[in-house]
Amino acid sequence: MARQQREVDPEYLFFEAPREQVFITGSEAVAEAVKRGNVDMAVAYPITPQSESMHLIGDLYAQGYLKDYYRGENEFAVMAAVHGASLGGGRVFTATCGPGTLRAMEMFPVWAGSRQPIVCAFMCRGVSLPPSIQPENIEMAMLLDTGMMMFHAEDAQDFFDMILRAYAIAEQPDVHLPAGVFVDGFFVTHTRSAVMLPPEDIKLPAYDPRRAPVPTFDMETPPMRIIRDPLLNKSNFISYLANASWHQEIIAAAERARKYIRRYMGGLLEVEDPFAKIFLAASGTAVSQSREAIRVLKDEGIQVGLIKIKSIRPFPAEEIAAATAHAELIVVPEFNMGGWLAREIKASVDNNRRVVGGPRVFGGMTMPAELIVNEVKNALRDRFGAERTNS
Amino acid sequence: MSTKIITPVDEFADFLPQEYKELVARGPYRERRSVEDLGTFKEIIEEHPHCAGCGVSLGIRLLAAALPSPEDTLIVGTPGCSFFGLVQAALNYSNTAFGNQNAVATGLKRMLQIRFPHVHKDVVVVAGDGGIADIGLDLTLHSWFRREKITTIMLDNEVYANTGGQESGMSRQGQVLNMAPQGKRFSKIPVFEMAKVSGCVYGARVTVASPRKVGRAVRNAILVAREFGPTYVQIFTPCPTNMKFPPNQTLKVAKEAEKDHYTYEEFMSAEVAAYLARL
Repeated sequence: MARQQREVDPEYLFFEAPREQVFITGSEAVAEAVKRGNVDMAVAYPITPQSESMHLIGDLYAQGYLKDYYRGENEFAVMAAVHGASLGGGRVFTATCGPGTLRAMEMFPVWAGSRQPIVCAFMCRGVSLPPSIQPENIEMAMLLDTGMMMFHAEDAQDFFDMILRAYAIAEQPDVHLPAGVFVDGFFVTHTRSAVMLPPEDIKLPAYDPRRAPVPTFDMETPPMRIIRDPLLNKSNFISYLANASWHQEIIAAAERARKYIRRYMGGLLEVEDPFAKIFLAASGTAVSQSREAIRVLKDEGIQVGLIKIKSIRPFPAEEIAAATAHAELIVVPEFNMGGWLAREIKASVDNNRRVVGGPRVFGGMTMPAELIVNEVKNALRDRFGAERTNS
Repeated sequence: MSTKIITPVDEFADFLPQEYKELVARGPYRERRSVEDLGTFKEIIEEHPHCAGCGVSLGIRLLAAALPSPEDTLIVGTPGCSFFGLVQAALNYSNTAFGNQNAVATGLKRMLQIRFPHVHKDVVVVAGDGGIADIGLDLTLHSWFRREKITTIMLDNEVYANTGGQESGMSRQGQVLNMAPQGKRFSKIPVFEMAKVSGCVYGARVTVASPRKVGRAVRNAILVAREFGPTYVQIFTPCPTNMKFPPNQTLKVAKEAEKDHYTYEEFMSAEVAAYLARL
């Protein structure tokens, strides 16, 4: 089958190709995406709950869908290896989570600084405070300012779609940045759900290194001598300026990605019930739990809208401000202790006393819809008095 | 790369810097040069900001002259002293995070084999003793265990020089250094011996006081890596700044080491020996 795949226009693959429903896990959805991603090389390292997806990608390599694949020695080495492979001018994939993300941390700003369109999946889990392999997404807070784009998938369908679309966005010549695609581990990776898949005999066009805005590292791109005076370690204004300009260009590249995120993902966020006065704003699995809470609240006569945030970097600050301009209450449920999404939203809207950061669950705790319902009701009672809860 | 890629069109030639034109006309890209030819051709590294008498800069000059195919060589390094000369080399050089070099080289080599299956793209790690033997030791060893077809060259100055003279795993026992105020308490990490048992098919231990040996070792290591697997060259590159000897004594220090702890040594597998004999 691998040899019979044909390259198609990304928009055909994403929007037009007929899709069939399958019942698969999130890990299997990752492999289905990579199968259609025309990925040259992947490097794997085990960590729960990420491992299964990279086993399946190993199987894809054995079947001929990828040209190279191996198990690295640790996450720092894996992220370094995909960095080297991407420098060499091909399309790469890897995945990690939790402590693996932190172990590899030094490489993420390197990817962005080197302007490499590496796509990495993160199956978020606890880190050691105290140790937990269970779902939570505190690691996303630690990656907010690495320079990489960050997309947060709600379910296996999102995970499949976002991985493929991340390549299309990341590889644009005016973007050319790494992209992380995140899900909440176990909830998505280890559960089955209905996923609509395009045929497996089509794939993305190959990565074209000639479209890269920085020279490919292959000794085929002059000038041979790139630098005459190294800037690193120099203490002068020109060196600082050159470094700062490069930083700013990375930020600007992420800004330029917004138009492609709108084209390929249908926007940085989705709003349901836009005229509601109360909103639940969430990303990842917390969106699914919010949907359930909204149903419960509706049954009790409380109308609540939903803001599903898909792109965390770049962050849809203006869209959130516009969508909530008329809102009286914005409740932000999260699967982490720090409340990073609530902080982001509070920094984006006027009168941020309208934002309630919670409920927050972590350590593997689930988030029953009742927890969100209670958060909304408590906030209404605290702010508007008891009568509003029944209005 | 084909030399056509770097040869300017006639209309553009006048506008290029003199040194670029010299590199195209008299550089080592068109015909093979070696350490013996130094002084007769345009070198890929000339200016550098290393200290006077720097053993590392001399090591870089020698290894750069010894590359069998500089037009298809990619060097991966680390932050540190070696960066200063290498970043100005007229070939692709990359360094990113400290200690990641052999993993970066692994990914790079594999991708270049995918993209250029019929061309030898030589991926060479050039880094200091701290990068290879301390912070990057696990990645160094794993690239050897995996039998990656890359060459690793350690510029061993037996100290963290760029950060101000701290003890490294390759420092000599008893040496008083920053972070070793009472002298280093253990001997040099036996990386050369580890290379023998970790998958390297060729290795050489040399000093900058023997330029021809450096040149031969580097060339052998790169040619062998193309065909057989990982290779390792360890070059003693004394540091006058941190070891507090006069900068005009670098070669003398290296020469004395050859009689002491840095004796010349070379190892290779039987098939590598047969291969090199045929060249």
